[in-house]
Amino acid sequence: MDFQVIANNYVFLIAQGFLGIGAFTGGTMRLAIPAIVLGSILGTLVGLARLSQSRWIYGPAKVYVEFFRGVPLVMVIFWFWFLIPTLMGKSLPEYAVALTAFVIFEAAYLAEIVRAGIQSVPRGQVEAATATGLSKNQLMRHVVLPQALRNMIPALVTQFIVLLKDTSLASIIGYVDLTKAAQIVNNREIRPFELYLFIAVVYWLCSYAMSRYASRLERQLASR
Amino acid sequence: MNYHFNWSVLWSGQSGGWLLQGVITTLEIFLLGLLIAVLLGIVAGALRSAPLAPLRWLASGYVEFFRNVPLLVWMFFWYFGVPPLLPQGVQDWLFDHGVEFWAGVFALGVYHGARFSEVMRSGIQSIPKTQLEAALTTGLTVIQAYRLIIVPIALRLIIPPATNETVNLLKNSSVALTIGVAELTFQTRQIETYTARAFEALAAGTIIYLVLCLAIASIMAYVERRVAIPGMIVRGQTGAS
Repeated sequence: MDFQVIANNYVFLIAQGFLGIGAFTGGTMRLAIPAIVLGSILGTLVGLARLSQSRWIYGPAKVYVEFFRGVPLVMVIFWFWFLIPTLMGKSLPEYAVALTAFVIFEAAYLAEIVRAGIQSVPRGQVEAATATGLSKNQLMRHVVLPQALRNMIPALVTQFIVLLKDTSLASIIGYVDLTKAAQIVNNREIRPFELYLFIAVVYWLCSYAMSRYASRLERQLASR
Repeated sequence: MNYHFNWSVLWSGQSGGWLLQGVITTLEIFLLGLLIAVLLGIVAGALRSAPLAPLRWLASGYVEFFRNVPLLVWMFFWYFGVPPLLPQGVQDWLFDHGVEFWAGVFALGVYHGARFSEVMRSGIQSIPKTQLEAALTTGLTVIQAYRLIIVPIALRLIIPPATNETVNLLKNSSVALTIGVAELTFQTRQIETYTARAFEALAAGTIIYLVLCLAIASIMAYVERRVAIPGMIVRGQTGAS
């Protein structure tokens, strides 16, 4: 074992692989953060659609959620990798393909969290708000969503951790994230044990910090 | 879009055989991974409520470390990282016996074992403490109480979340293609490479995964009905105490 390889290459691994600063368009964070933001927006819309009264709205939303929850992410990434060039007639860079796949895939999971959060708001709250004369939009904005959001924060953070770990799969289509960066260095240095252990620790630090934050939030919310 | 579908590529030539091979390999890696994951999950989950602090630390150390690192990284670690450190004889034996398959099974089992143990722990926590106390007063030792009372009840309670985890394990077995295991996703890609029919190949793979996920869900629902203890556990009313 020789950890000198980490000392020689950590700038490339962290700057290029983890943050995405460098010659390649890459970076775990550069993929994870937009995927979280855009995935949450799409997930909220799908989650709300699942609760709609009209079957023409909740039907497709249900199919969407059930479909993506039954298919491996690797498969979804390949779908976009092959389908986008066929549909658009030109190929897109790995970054765009990976981001699209992640947003669409994770939105299915986030939608279920949003739906459960909204359904956790007691029915009496909705009735009371309606009785005071609030419109449907006002009811959502001022009464249901603030409470629902509070209930779903722990599950959301857990899902964001899953997403952060899932971004490692973008490396299979050649996107230069932390995992791919370690592979690149390993091709030159042939030090797989040290390199993969190092990136495991980097991923671990991020996920563990997030999960500690989630459990602190959970305690704070519970004591309120 | 100008794409002409040609579904016959799925059964002409070698494609049908490849798909079947892929399904078999996926099921093998899934079942072996599930076996490791469930055993590790039960042991680690039970230890996390054990009355001895070092055992609890050991179990939570395992869970926190393995759960928070991507499965892909574990696959690379067990496949590329660990074998070169082993003695030459062991290495030769491993490479003669399909090391990628066993590295994949091991990575999948150990990673999902950590996740299963979380499910198990929540199941044990939802059993009232009086159950354990009652078991101990009847003269059972702590180990007997866990083996005969706590774990069997907890296993019944956790069937719904465990179904979710089992489906996740099946889906995550596709990550093994990155270390060269010829499972379903790998074979779909192979058909795509040979026939240049991306849409048909991916659709076949996707439908097979959906069917397998549905099958797992219905098998687990059947198991839940079969093993239910009448009058003791009613779905939706568990963990209220």
